Amino acid sequence: MTEVYLDEKYIGEVDSPREFVKKVRSERRKNNLPNALNIFYDSDLNEVKIEMSRGRARRPLIVVENGKPLLTDKMIEKLGTELTWSDFVKKGIIEYLDASEEENAFVALDEKDLTTKHTHLEINPITILGICSSLVPYANFNASSKLIIGNKFQKQSLGLYASNFLIRMDTDVSVLHYPQIPIVRSFMSDIYPHNEYPNGQNIVIALMSYEGYNMQDAIILNKGSVDRGLGRSTFFKPYKLEELRYSGGLKDDIIIPDKEVKGYKSERDYRYLEEDGIIYPEAKINEEEVIIGKISPPRFLGELEEFSIAANIRRENSVTLKHGESGIVDMVVITENEEGNKFIQVRLREQRIPELGDKFASRHGQKGVVGLIVPQEDMPITAAGITPDIIFSPHSIPTRMTISHLIEIIGGKVGSLSGKYIDGTTFDSRSEQSIREELASLGFREDGTEVMYNGITGERYKVRIYVGNIYYQKLKYMVKNKLQSRASGKVQLLTRQPIEGRAKGGGIRLGEMEKDCLVAHGASLLLKERFDSDKTILYVCENCGMVGMYDHFKSRKTCPKCSGNVEISAIELSYAFKLLLDELKSLCIYPKLILRSKY
Amino acid sequence: MSKIYESYLELPSPIIEEIKKLVIKYKLSDSDLKEVLNRTKKAYENKLIEPGEAIGIVTAESFGEPSTQMVLRTFHFAGVSEMNITVGLPRLIEIFDARKEPSTPIMEIYLQKKYSESPTRVKEIAEKIKGNTLQDLASEFLLNIMDSHVEIKLSRNKMQELNINSKQMSDIVQNALKTVIVQQDRDSLIIKSTAKDTKLSDLYKLKEKCKEIHICGLKGITQVLPMKEGDEFVIYTAGSNLKEALEIEEVDAKRVKTNNLFEMANILGIEAARQTIINESIKVIKEQGLSIDIRHIMFLADAMTKSGVIKGVTRSGITKEKESVLAKASFETPIPHLVNASLVGERDSLNSVIENVMLNQPVPLGTGLPGLMAKMKDTKK
Repeated sequence: MTEVYLDEKYIGEVDSPREFVKKVRSERRKNNLPNALNIFYDSDLNEVKIEMSRGRARRPLIVVENGKPLLTDKMIEKLGTELTWSDFVKKGIIEYLDASEEENAFVALDEKDLTTKHTHLEINPITILGICSSLVPYANFNASSKLIIGNKFQKQSLGLYASNFLIRMDTDVSVLHYPQIPIVRSFMSDIYPHNEYPNGQNIVIALMSYEGYNMQDAIILNKGSVDRGLGRSTFFKPYKLEELRYSGGLKDDIIIPDKEVKGYKSERDYRYLEEDGIIYPEAKINEEEVIIGKISPPRFLGELEEFSIAANIRRENSVTLKHGESGIVDMVVITENEEGNKFIQVRLREQRIPELGDKFASRHGQKGVVGLIVPQEDMPITAAGITPDIIFSPHSIPTRMTISHLIEIIGGKVGSLSGKYIDGTTFDSRSEQSIREELASLGFREDGTEVMYNGITGERYKVRIYVGNIYYQKLKYMVKNKLQSRASGKVQLLTRQPIEGRAKGGGIRLGEMEKDCLVAHGASLLLKERFDSDKTILYVCENCGMVGMYDHFKSRKTCPKCSGNVEISAIELSYAFKLLLDELKSLCIYPKLILRSKY
Repeated sequence: MSKIYESYLELPSPIIEEIKKLVIKYKLSDSDLKEVLNRTKKAYENKLIEPGEAIGIVTAESFGEPSTQMVLRTFHFAGVSEMNITVGLPRLIEIFDARKEPSTPIMEIYLQKKYSESPTRVKEIAEKIKGNTLQDLASEFLLNIMDSHVEIKLSRNKMQELNINSKQMSDIVQNALKTVIVQQDRDSLIIKSTAKDTKLSDLYKLKEKCKEIHICGLKGITQVLPMKEGDEFVIYTAGSNLKEALEIEEVDAKRVKTNNLFEMANILGIEAARQTIINESIKVIKEQGLSIDIRHIMFLADAMTKSGVIKGVTRSGITKEKESVLAKASFETPIPHLVNASLVGERDSLNSVIENVMLNQPVPLGTGLPGLMAKMKDTKK
C-alpha cells in the first residue's frame, strides 16, 4: 500500500503506485485534469505526492512516447497560424514539470539522443542554461567555470537598465551612452528583450601586446574611439533628506543656514542654494559643497545653556557632497513622505569617460582594466586602415581556454563585413567552418589574422595579428569610485592615528605584514617615518619615570607627582605608546621610562 | 703549501678541501693557488649575510608567503595515497609548533643489506614489526551475560602465521590485565573479573580493554608497507616506535627514521631532531611543488633546537625566550606577560624590532643599525 498526499495532506492509499501515477499523468495529458497538477512517486519513501499549490517553479518539456517526441515538424510549421502554444499544452504534447515530477522524468537533451526509456525532450538544449549564460555565443566551446564568471560580468555591465531611468531615483546606477545589439548573438537575445536593453558595444579588437601596457589582464584603449563615445556612461547618484520633527515641537528647517548657526561652513559652500535652501538643477557642484541646506535643533536639550541669550541655538546639518565626489544636479524632487514630513531628493549626474583603471569585459569571462589610452595615430593599423578599439593580451587565452572569445572575434568580423547578424546560439550555432569560409570569400584570411603596421614607426609587424569584432561590456567598477589618497587629514580622537574609510578621507593602513616587509629590507628610517602619523612630544620626569607636562602659566615643565625641582625631559614617541602606558597604569602596573642620552 | 691555507681560515673547511683536491688535479703553482684562494674568498664574502640583515623576518616571510598558497591546495589531496598522511600546511604547523605526537606517525625502517633484497624475507620482517593487538588475533568477542565473563574466540590462522599458541596468548592477557582470571578453553579465552559483582557496563568496558591488549610485534605500529626504493626494500610503518625498532636484529640502525621529533630527540639526540625538522619541512614543501631555500629551514630548526630541547614556534616555546617584555606582549596573551614582568620589575632595553616600532623609534636593523661618531671641533675656542 502506498500513501497518497495532495499538497502535503494525506488523502488515501493506492495499491500499485506506478500504475496510478501513470494514469493520472495520462488523464492530465488528455486535459481531464488541470495542467498545473504535478504528480511524483517517491520510491524511497513509497509515497505518491500530488502538487497543486502555488509558487512552484515549473518548466515546459516535450512529451516523448516510445522514443518519439509528440511534437512533430508539421505541428511546428502550423504554430502561430493554426496552432498556439496553449494548444500544445492542452493536447498534452508539451507539459510543465515541477521540481519533484522532474525526479520521475528522464529528459533527453537532444532529439538524436532519444531512446525508448526517455519520457521527455528539452524544447531546445539551451534551456539548461540561465538567462545570462544563454546570451553568450558559442558557450559550448568554453569551460563551465568561465561561463559562470562571464555571467557575473554580464550582471555588472552597464547598459540601458530601465527605459524610464530619467524619472527614477536609483542608488548608484550608470547608463551606457551608445549601447549596441551584439553582432554575434544567441537567439535568446530576441526572446529575452536584450535587443531593447543591450549592455555593451561591438568593438574592433586586436590580440597583441602594446609596449607592455597590456600585461596580465590590462587592455589598451584607442583614444579616438573613446572620443567617439566608446564606453561612455553617465553615473547617477541620489541624495535624500527628510525634514524631521522632534519631541517638544522642535523640527528641522530646510533653509540656507544663518551665520549664527553652530557648525556654519563658509559662505562659498552655500552659493548654489536657492531661497528655499535647495540646490537648483544643472548646478555644477564639487566635493564638500552643500546640496540641501538644513538646520536642526540641538542634539541634547542640555546643550541649551541657561544663561545663553540665543537660547534657540541650532546646529548645521546640511547634506553635502562627500569627499572626492562631483557632478551636475540632474533633478530635484520635493515631496512628502509617509509620515507627512517634507522630503527632498536630489539626483546628481556625472559623465564618465573611460579612463585608466576602468573595468571592461567580454561575454566570455575575459575581464580587463584599462592600462593605457593611446592616441589613434599611435595605434597599430591594418592594411585596410582599420585601427583596433581595444588591444587585448594574447596571454589571457591559453590558460583560460575561452575558445568562444576567439570564435566571436571572427564571427563579429564576418558579421560586420557582410552586414548580417551571426547566430552563435550555444549548441546550435553557425559552424566555425562556415564563418571561416565566408571570411575568406570576403577577401580576408580565413584564420582571421591580418598584416598590421606599427602606428608609431610605420614598420610592418613581423607576425600577422588576429583582429576582429567582439561585443565588449563596460563594467560598473570605475576608478573614480575607488580612488583613494591622503597626505594628512582627519585623525581618530583616541589614538590620534589617521581615520579609516575612503569616503571620510581616511588613509590606507600600512599593516603588520607591510611593516614586516620594510623591516626585512632594513629600511629602518622609512619605517619610522611611515609610522609617525601619531608622534607626540612627551615630558618625562627623570625622577619617577612618569609622564609630566608643560605648565603654560608658569612656562616650565613640571611633574605632578614629584613636584619640586626634578629634571624633566621632552621626548618624541608615538601617541599610541603613551596610550599603552596609560593602559598599564590602569592595570596597576607602574611603567617607568628610563631616559638615556642618544649621543 | 699548507702555510698558504693558514691565512684563509675564514673559508669553511669543505671549500678548502675541495680546493686542495683541485690543486692536485690541475697542478697549480703557489701563486696561482693564492689567486684562486683570493677570488674564492671574495666570492664567499659576497655571499655572506651582511650585518643588520633581518634574517629572522626574511625567514618568516619565506615560510609565510608559500604557506598562504598551501592552505588552498592541501585538502585536495584527501584520500589519494594508500596511507592517509598529513601533508601541507597542517603538517608544517605540526612541525613548527613542535607537537608531542604527529597526527600521522610514520617510520622508515631500512634493513641491513643481507635482508633487504629478497621480497619474501622483507615481508616476514615487516610482519614481525607490525604490532598486533588481541583484536587482530581474535575472530570474535562475546559477552556472556549469564556467567558475566568475556569470551574471546581466537583465530587459528593468524596465530599460526605469527607463530604463537593460545597458551602464550593467555599468559600475555593475564599479564596485561591484573584484576581478571584468564582461562584457556580450546580456541577461546575466557576472561572473568575478580571483582564480586560485575555490572554489564563493566563487562563491556573489559571487552573494549581486551581489544587493545598488545600481543606481539612493535607496540603502536598499526600498518606496515614494504616498498622498493632503488635496489632495496624499505618498510614504511603507520605508527612509530623507534626504540624497539632499533632493537630488531635485521634493521639497519644507522638509517631508521621516524617523523616524531621528540622520539628522535630522546633516542638519537637533539642533532637528529634538528635534522628531522629540516627533512620533514623540506618534504612537505617539495610535495606542494614549492621551494624555500634550505638555509631558512636550517635557521628555523636551529632556533627550535638551540637550547638542547625542542621548542616550538609558539608563545610557550621560542617566543618565551625573547628578552623584551613588549615583544612578548605583542604576540598573544599580552596581559600575563606584562603582569609577570611588573612582578619582578623587568627592564626593557628596547634592543629589538617590535618595541621600537611601538615607540616609533628607528629599529636597530639595516639603515637603523649603524651610528655615526664624529669628532666635533671645540666650539668654545
